[in-house]
Amino acid sequence: MFDVIKYRFLFYTFSLILVLGSIFSIFYFGFNLGIDLKGGSILNLEFKENRPEIPKIEEALKDLNLNINFQPVGEKGLVLKMKDISEETHQKILEKLNSLSPIDESKESFQTIGPSIGKELQRKTNLVIILCALSILFYVSIAFRKASRPVPSFYYALFGTIALCHDVLISSGLISILGKFKGVEFSIPIITALLTIFGYSINDTVVVYDRIRENLTKKTSQESFEDVVKKSINQSFLRSFNTSFTTILPLIFIYFFGGESLKYFALTLIVGIAFGTYSSLFLAPQLIVDYYLRKKKNRS
Amino acid sequence: MDKYIKLIFILVLYFICFNFVFPDVLKIPIFQKYSFHLGLDLQGGTSLIYKVDLSHIPQKDQDSALESLKNIIEKRVNLFGVKEPEVRIEKNLQETRLLVNLAGVKDIKEAIEMIGKTPYLDFREEDQSNTSTINFKKTELTGRFLKKADLEFDPKTYSPIVTLEFNEEGAKIFQELTKRNIGKRIAIYIDDNLISAPMVQEEISGGKAQITGKFAIQEAKELVRNLNAGALPLPIELISQESIGPSLGKIYLEKSLKAGIYGLIGVMIYMILFYRFSGFLADLSLLIYAGILLSLFKLIPVVLTLPGIAGLILSIGMAVDANVLIFERMKEEKRSGKDLSLSLKEGVKRAWPSIRDSNLTTLIIALIMFFLGSSFVQGFSLTLGLGILVSMFTAIFITNTFLELFENTAFEKIKILWP
Repeated sequence: MFDVIKYRFLFYTFSLILVLGSIFSIFYFGFNLGIDLKGGSILNLEFKENRPEIPKIEEALKDLNLNINFQPVGEKGLVLKMKDISEETHQKILEKLNSLSPIDESKESFQTIGPSIGKELQRKTNLVIILCALSILFYVSIAFRKASRPVPSFYYALFGTIALCHDVLISSGLISILGKFKGVEFSIPIITALLTIFGYSINDTVVVYDRIRENLTKKTSQESFEDVVKKSINQSFLRSFNTSFTTILPLIFIYFFGGESLKYFALTLIVGIAFGTYSSLFLAPQLIVDYYLRKKKNRS
Repeated sequence: MDKYIKLIFILVLYFICFNFVFPDVLKIPIFQKYSFHLGLDLQGGTSLIYKVDLSHIPQKDQDSALESLKNIIEKRVNLFGVKEPEVRIEKNLQETRLLVNLAGVKDIKEAIEMIGKTPYLDFREEDQSNTSTINFKKTELTGRFLKKADLEFDPKTYSPIVTLEFNEEGAKIFQELTKRNIGKRIAIYIDDNLISAPMVQEEISGGKAQITGKFAIQEAKELVRNLNAGALPLPIELISQESIGPSLGKIYLEKSLKAGIYGLIGVMIYMILFYRFSGFLADLSLLIYAGILLSLFKLIPVVLTLPGIAGLILSIGMAVDANVLIFERMKEEKRSGKDLSLSLKEGVKRAWPSIRDSNLTTLIIALIMFFLGSSFVQGFSLTLGLGILVSMFTAIFITNTFLELFENTAFEKIKILWP
């Protein structure tokens, strides 16, 4: 079987590349903020016949002076994004487009969000993120208080949290890159997905840690700490994979069949949960081993 | 508890849930009373958010002013014939908001106009601080105190007059106002436009006033009708709007349900492939899991939205996590030579701490997210949280009861059935 402790530097390199790439993308490209966070209007519609060409649509709406961003969807669909507009302007747009080519009104959706609501949501979101992070940290430090010898429980919590940040960072990085190249928005659904990863992903780590804790009590004198960790990872591999896979499976169906509005929400969750499993098997326990080895070396 | 009593309990539960979810199969009246409540995003409709300007209302009167604002808007919306309209006042630190949810409204433009056209009537008095020009400052007398408005005609000029009648409280304020303004002018404003500013001759009691602007008859008629439908006690401004076409909502619903059913079937097949007969038993409890959750949605009731369905689907995958943890443990215990009954007991005991912890963390996050307040997050975290609570019960109690039935039977010996 592949030695998950001996080759841990492979995992470190892999994770480091992804994390650095994500950080780079987040700082360099930033996020493509959704209108639910920055305010604005979004108009989703479908023409009854084929969609007129975009330049023609642009031409028709030119005198409204709105600086609209057009996004064609499928054969007949069109998404218009712009600053927040009044109901009157909304009706004018519909009228003009209707005279260009008839619109299917029963399939229209319109959302406009004033900047004050966006700002308030941003503020609330920050608060919620902090609360979630604190509660998970609090939980982790309590859950591992019994794990001690030869590594103090604090380090279990620390490395577990690092693994968690790794999962969330990579998922956020993906959204940032998709935002740059595919126009995917960083919106409330994405934040919801990231927070859910925060709450769910820690569990795989707990399962592996639990195993380590249990095996340490049964440890024979020939076994080293590394051996115990390795055994624990191998024993937890299947259950970690299975719990994650059964959770990811329905999300895959949401991604493919659940419609446009849930697509990237599902993708964020899939990526976050997958990396959550990866980091709890190949990152957090290995970091504990490294800490242990360094401490041992310093002592001798 | 004897395992057969448990089994009967579970079977009754199956029966109840089945009838809640499919009330039209056995047609038992008590279950037919309940139905799913779909959110605006799934049935189509309009959701409007207005900012309420409370700056001219003294603190103590704010609550009653908001209450009457809500009533007037409700009355308006009802005139429009919307089924189950929802009108809500929401306060936060920065501002007060009026939320109006209209399900299945076809003509949004008209709905918005209907609410927006509600006139805001107020009376103002001369502002003494500036003597060179006449300015008017706001008083507490607003449309909130209006009992009714009428259209009359001036007997001399035949031009239309709008007469106003205040309620008891308004009459007192009006009397007070006229008393201190004898010889001065009182201005009547509608939607911040000066309509008329008559000179006050004497103190007026009885709470009756008239507006003799230069109305066209049609204009005066409309004003009277709008005032009677309810003059707004507070000015409002539309700050957010969301509308979804009826067939679009239907498409969303169909797509998400399809994803959910595929997801459920996918998970069930995976569990059977991996855990054989015990996987099948876990699937049975997964079905009742979905059944209990859907019944609760009808009973509580939970308004089903698109993110709510997403939470439900996600929780299907999480619900079998507990089974996976227990089954994996059981495999190990069996390998060390224990029989079904012993390995089940050991498996549950050993897996319990991780099951408890994993559900707890997700539950905590769902709880915190719920208070973010955005409708997407709320819909999602509510169903996810409910799902976690229900799954703790189904995945552990129900699956284990099923497994116990096969303890010490010939079934237990058939190797191919067990992982």
